[in-house]
Amino acid sequence: MLLIACPYCGERPEIEFAYGGEAHIARPADPSAMSDEEWAAFLYARTNPKGTHAERWRHTNGCGRFFNAVRDTVTDFFVATYKTGEPRPDLTPRSVV
Amino acid sequence: MQNFSALSLLRRAFGGHESWQPQWRTPEPKPEYDVVIIGAGGHGLGTAYYLAKEHGITNVAVIERGWLGGGNTGRNTTIIRSNYLFSESAALYDHSVKLWETLSQELNYNVMYSPRGVMMLAHTIHDIQVFKRHVHANRANGVDNEWLTPEQAKDFCPPLNISAKLRYPVLGASLQRRGGTARHDAVAWGFARAADAMGVDIIQNCPVTAIRRSATGEVEGVETERGTIRAKKIAVVAAGHTSVVMNMAGVRMPLESFPLQALVSEPVKPAFPCVVMSNTVHAYISQSDKGELVIGAGTDAYVSYSQRGGLHVAQHTLDAICELFPMFRRMRMLRNWGGIVDTTPDRSPIIAKTPVPGLYVNCGWGTGGFKATPGSANIFAHTIARDEPHRINAPFTIERFRDGVMIDEAAAAAVAH
Ligand SMILES: Cc1cc2nc3c(=O)[nH]c(=O)nc-3n(C[C@H](O)[C@H](O)[C@H](O)COP(=O)(O)OP(=O)(O)OC[C@H]3O[C@@H](n4cnc5c(N)ncnc54)[C@H](O)[C@@H]3O)c2cc1C
Ligand SMILES: [Zn+2]
Repeated sequence: MLLIACPYCGERPEIEFAYGGEAHIARPADPSAMSDEEWAAFLYARTNPKGTHAERWRHTNGCGRFFNAVRDTVTDFFVATYKTGEPRPDLTPRSVV
Repeated sequence: MQNFSALSLLRRAFGGHESWQPQWRTPEPKPEYDVVIIGAGGHGLGTAYYLAKEHGITNVAVIERGWLGGGNTGRNTTIIRSNYLFSESAALYDHSVKLWETLSQELNYNVMYSPRGVMMLAHTIHDIQVFKRHVHANRANGVDNEWLTPEQAKDFCPPLNISAKLRYPVLGASLQRRGGTARHDAVAWGFARAADAMGVDIIQNCPVTAIRRSATGEVEGVETERGTIRAKKIAVVAAGHTSVVMNMAGVRMPLESFPLQALVSEPVKPAFPCVVMSNTVHAYISQSDKGELVIGAGTDAYVSYSQRGGLHVAQHTLDAICELFPMFRRMRMLRNWGGIVDTTPDRSPIIAKTPVPGLYVNCGWGTGGFKATPGSANIFAHTIARDEPHRINAPFTIERFRDGVMIDEAAAAAVAH
């Protein structure tokens, strides 16, 4: 089981959290101007990288708040966690084949 | 290719089994092929087999980063069934079940297909309604599926606990008698051997690191750790790694990859006659011919390529198994492992042409693509050879997400299996 550092509560076991998918996917500012392709890309296309991944988590069985994390999807190592609204930390990305 | 028969086995037994030859070659990659297939799992090897067998295209390479069959093909719990809700899915999976029935004879290789029946347990009123809907929809599509009372379910699978005192009591079950299991490795090996015999090159330990495209966009070939290989048609069949490989051609996929776990027990005498699945309490169990209980657990919640998975996920499944089959409570588990499964938003696969000319993709099988191996390979070969989909895979495009024509087995089954 992973240990996840909630930016509000500190390190807690994985089962206290819910995964929220890829982070920093902004809802389009002008939805009616979007083509079907753009909508599909926004709703369904995901980076799904092998390497560092910015993602949302929610401390469901704790403070209940959403936050973001950067995790290495090969090792599951959490490189950083940070509050929603803060920019993605400027880390050297790793990507593997 | 050496033929397997009772006589050839007997003859070689007298020679101490020393005259067997390797089942496939280990060729050097050629500079160019008509078709390059990325990924030597069952689906990729099967695609090469049907390209050669049914379309006469034998100048084909299957390129594999590890060893053939070492991906999800060699890691799954081998449940085979076709009782999916929607007509598109029923046609796809039943095409596969029909091919399973004769696959051992066709490949001259025993894939140990065993239609011992797949029983799915209902534990809630909602389960009962959904399963009965499946039974009716399946019958309308000519796919066998029947409803059983708890007593009938116990007759079919005597170890089942149908006590009303369970946390989630068994309220009934649906049974597909043609469903069952097969030997996972043998499927990869059988397709590899038969494809190799028709001239297909299987190149192992050779990760593809880039896909080359011309100035006008169409594919030209792949870069690998063993040099450049040119091809005008490239087929990606990389399961959990599909997003990574498609990204090499600049295509973002509607996929996320998750670890899915399985485990096996110590071997015991035949004790479990069929396959039992429970989507509600997350238990998937059968007994292999070696005697091990083969148990499927769930996926982790987050995207990962770790091929492990959390222990609490496996434990959750074992809790359910112990409750449903109390006689297994004291059994020891021998091994557990994970595979990386690629899931689509509607939990149906993509078997299609892509926006890139000459690039084809077969992916998104998630937690349930082993059952589809021969059928998927068969229609994917058709798609590559003719540059147009087969009638059966025509609905399984990437564009269905843009057009809103999902094949929503996720909603239909409540889980991905
Ligand atoms: C634990 C578990 C249980 C399952 N249980 C069932 C079940 O009971 N019933 C069922 O129907 N399905 C089940 N599945 C799903 C099933 O295993 C898969 O859907 C199916 O085997 C996929 O086959 P494939 O040939 O597409 O993929 P794979 O066998 O994974 O083959 C893909 C290959 O691509 C290779 N590859 C990846 N990247 C590259 C690269 N860059 N270059 C070259 N090669 C590359 C990989 O090494 C791999 O060998 C289960 C899966 C798991 C993990
Ligand atoms: Zn918290």
